[in-house]
Amino acid sequence: MKNEHWLDQPKNIKLLWRGFIAVLALTVLAEFVVHLHPHFEVEGLFGFHAAYGFVVCLLMIVFAKGLGLLLKRPDSYYADSEKDGGNE
Amino acid sequence: MSSALILHPALILIAGALLLPFLRGTARSIAVLAAPTFALIALWLLPEGRLWEVAWLDYQLAPLAVDKLSRLFATIFALMAFAGGLFALRQESRLEMPAAFLYAGAAIGVALAGDLVTVFVFWEVMAVGSTLVLWSANTKTAWAASLRYAMVHLGGGVILFAGVTGHLLTTGDATFTRMQPDSIAHWLILIGFLINAGAPPLSAWLPDAYPEASWSGTVFLSAFTTKTAVYVLLRGFPGTEILIWVGLFMVFYGIVYALLENDMRRILAYSIINQVGFMIAGIGIGTEMALNGAAAHAFTHIIYKALLLMSAGAVLAATGRRKCSELGGLFHSMPIATICGTIGALAISSFPLTSGFISKSMISQAAADGHLQAVWLLLAAASAGVFLHAGIKFPWFVFFQKDSGLRPPDASGSMRWAMILFAFLCIALGVWPEPLYAILPYAVDYVPYTTAHVLTQLQLLLFSGLAFFVMLNYLKRTPTISLDVDWLYRKPLPGLARRLGTLLHGAMNAMERGVSGTLTGLADRLDAQRGPRGLLAKSWPTGSMALWVMVMLLAYLLFYYLG
Repeated sequence: MKNEHWLDQPKNIKLLWRGFIAVLALTVLAEFVVHLHPHFEVEGLFGFHAAYGFVVCLLMIVFAKGLGLLLKRPDSYYADSEKDGGNE
Repeated sequence: MSSALILHPALILIAGALLLPFLRGTARSIAVLAAPTFALIALWLLPEGRLWEVAWLDYQLAPLAVDKLSRLFATIFALMAFAGGLFALRQESRLEMPAAFLYAGAAIGVALAGDLVTVFVFWEVMAVGSTLVLWSANTKTAWAASLRYAMVHLGGGVILFAGVTGHLLTTGDATFTRMQPDSIAHWLILIGFLINAGAPPLSAWLPDAYPEASWSGTVFLSAFTTKTAVYVLLRGFPGTEILIWVGLFMVFYGIVYALLENDMRRILAYSIINQVGFMIAGIGIGTEMALNGAAAHAFTHIIYKALLLMSAGAVLAATGRRKCSELGGLFHSMPIATICGTIGALAISSFPLTSGFISKSMISQAAADGHLQAVWLLLAAASAGVFLHAGIKFPWFVFFQKDSGLRPPDASGSMRWAMILFAFLCIALGVWPEPLYAILPYAVDYVPYTTAHVLTQLQLLLFSGLAFFVMLNYLKRTPTISLDVDWLYRKPLPGLARRLGTLLHGAMNAMERGVSGTLTGLADRLDAQRGPRGLLAKSWPTGSMALWVMVMLLAYLLFYYLG
């Protein structure tokens, strides 16, 4: 296998992106023909699952980033202290 | 007791574990595959009911009891031992496989235990087996992690033991049935169970320990401890409301930490907590639909999580690297691992036509049926988050993203077959869920494939995917770890212990000085009176004698108090 895989070519990546966006649009537009049987009121809003999925993911990423500022350490953090007989 | 002809599936696997160290080559490979197969056959030949009964003290124990729920879990544990054994056939450590089979056998033992005493015994055997699996990785970090792991699990075992003892004393009955968290004993049992499930505040033991095992060891570890905990909670505490909130916390904890993580197997370890969170939330909801969903999700989860960890294990075995920041572009030379890992990623994300879709949706459905809107919304958000942290992040950073230039060979032989087997099951259960639905504890009245369900799920997942790629810059991997509760017992506590040690040491020294001062003082006086120049014993070399007498006196005193 050579380095030139079809996934390595930028024009194919662009094609994949277009296909992805087309599928995204289709899943939302399909709501015009499919009845969703909503259990809760919010579920009946047009494109609810799409918008909800997108927004909560943004929020989770932002939250994780924020928490990361507080909790992230270099990955040698424990190795340094446990070398000198820490708690082993 | 008409137990003469009945074989206990757990004991078959444990016997296999004891036999393995004596075998080599082909005989060993055959035994590795035969032991779980025999256990599975023996399991399905068992009728339902309390099959073995033993009187112990004043209690009636049932070390072998079968119903639909226990058979479901014992089945998946045996299946997992088989596929894990196949995957690990080429593992060079000779300790790992026997340890893993002991561990798997004990998990089956818990699933088939009809009383709390048997549950506890197998619970502890599991802790031993899993610690041995960790040891067999034979690295310094694995050794250190195994000690922390053993500490948490032995601690959890003590809590469980206290709870079981309390339960036996107050009820006089050892039978393992539904309990309410209404007494201290039952709370202790619940806490003991939850520690093994990876529940807060001690969740950190899981991502701390599991990723330190060998390339095959983590595959075994991912399956048994947390899922036996799900099983005992399903049997012991269904409908306990607090579990809904514990489960939801775990779901989001897993997502957030996995998003921050760089080590591919730690990402998957956090995602175990996330997935177990769904099951525990289902157990908390407690309706038949929710309990079925939790049980089904445990079954499908074991398969796709093992598959994900097998693909990660294949990468680790081939490259020796674990960090996303050092991987990427592996699809060039590892197509099988890439495809199987991606199927596992789609299954964990509950994509239609995969096993996750037909199991997890039952839990959400139960929340909707119970009109628990907040719970339902949080579960939906969590489903989107699963795709984000495990469904895309893991395959993207390991197999795709920027090319790392690595061209390791693909998984071969038994590793490949184990991955293909589990990838097949992920799709097969997604396309044809009826066989799984038929062995769930309650009758299933649920149709996963409706146009509306497929469409809403696709919207939710695909737009989460969009969010991932839009935010890709914020998700760039950095060579970092994130602090968790294990920080407490890895940083300040050992420091405190060291300082306390120094303090105690100082105190001991001071005391020693004091005591020896008194002793020499005493000896001097004795010497003066009874020494060679003393009044009482002029000719005796009693200088040292006095000290010996003192030692004898002290020893006498000591024995007096001890006696």
